[in-house]
Amino acid sequence: MGPIREIDSKLITETVKRLFLEANTCLGADVLAALQTSLAREESPLGRQVLARMLENAAVAREESAPICQDTGLAVVFVELGQDVHVAGDLLNAAIEEGVRQAYEEGYFRKSVCDPLTRANTGDNTPAVINVEIVAGDRIRLSVMPKGGGSENMSSVAMLLPAAGREGIRRHVVESVLKAGPNPCPPVIVGVGIGGSIEESLILAKKALLRPLGQKNGRDERLNELEQDILADVNRMGGGPQGFGGSVSALSVHVEMKPCHIASLPVAVNIQCHVARHREAII
Amino acid sequence: MQNYRSIKTPLTDELCASLHAGDMILLSGEVFAARDAAHRRLQETIQRGEELPFDIRGAVIFYAGPSPTRPGRIIGSIGPTTSYRMDPFAPLLMEQGMKGMIGKGKRSAEVVAAMERHKAVYFGAIGGIAALTARCVRSVELVAYADLGPEAVLRLELVDLPVVVVNDTQGRDLYEEALKRSKL
Repeated sequence: MGPIREIDSKLITETVKRLFLEANTCLGADVLAALQTSLAREESPLGRQVLARMLENAAVAREESAPICQDTGLAVVFVELGQDVHVAGDLLNAAIEEGVRQAYEEGYFRKSVCDPLTRANTGDNTPAVINVEIVAGDRIRLSVMPKGGGSENMSSVAMLLPAAGREGIRRHVVESVLKAGPNPCPPVIVGVGIGGSIEESLILAKKALLRPLGQKNGRDERLNELEQDILADVNRMGGGPQGFGGSVSALSVHVEMKPCHIASLPVAVNIQCHVARHREAII
Repeated sequence: MQNYRSIKTPLTDELCASLHAGDMILLSGEVFAARDAAHRRLQETIQRGEELPFDIRGAVIFYAGPSPTRPGRIIGSIGPTTSYRMDPFAPLLMEQGMKGMIGKGKRSAEVVAAMERHKAVYFGAIGGIAALTARCVRSVELVAYADLGPEAVLRLELVDLPVVVVNDTQGRDLYEEALKRSKL
């Protein structure tokens, strides 16, 4: 263990705020490149028009600092906290929440968080969804992901039979995307979490969505092949951009995996719309 | 734009009957933005036998809740939300005279049947292009339920919003027709 490094909670607040302001208005280069590639591959003329409008929208949003999508999402934050860090000032979670609050107010972003029963809006887009992992080192990696409700609603977790195996997993994920159909704003990105416990599979699926598009699954060649197989199946379904028909129903499939119980095979599918917003910073 | 047909609200039976699944439309005129919480209130208003806060005869409802408006702008970013959440309310509103809905995603069998019965149409707008869609909005006026914040009912004046007919008055469904071409 190294010497303790002190990080002022104000820096965390400022960083989270900046990341959400950027994520909601500037579509990442990875998504723009994926949309460009899809435009060249799409066979349907209407599908091509839809993809072209998505690219045009990204340019308008950037130019006007306007939200790319009116659904500026639930504020999901992944934190990798170096164990040699001491956060000075506010609590880590409070500092993050404050960053979310400021970004959603100053950015004129929609506040989309409410009480589950009364449906009364909390008014400032908090609470955020914060996942903290302790890692080695004296830095903090902050990854933010504004996550839209429409695509989140099409997500699921299934406890498959271990006998289902690789092909069972493949079929289950493809069927999940088919069932979601036009609802989650295709072309989608499919986050898949295999293994762990039920909640860990879901966190893996969400983390999988943080990987930049076009970046190969470096961890495991088996997963890389599974991703390509699922993507090929999904793009043969015919739904296409927005489900109006076409050959690009998904931009990418990202799979993460961890060992699981001998009796279990958890498979989580977290669907992300084409406005795949993610930003990260290391402080 | 090529291959687009321009139409204007309010919609009539004749106009709706002439629209077919897959038609590309530029939609202009007045529409009402309403989503989840507003639909519950509209339903309660009808059930109490009271008058709705806007004239629903021939009206088009846009399932949308925009982001806040920056100073000097007409509206924030705006686009369709997923429509199936409004399925429990749509047949009742069609009974009251609603002729069109703009949203994204599949509708229930009940809603599709009600569209045939009431000669109403469901349009799909492109989701996730809300900065661009905002440029089709020429004016905004608060109609009801200000306390719902982003879910309040708004009157929007649209010019040439590009939409696609998903469900028509003959029971056709563009989404299902697209999947029939599946190569899986």
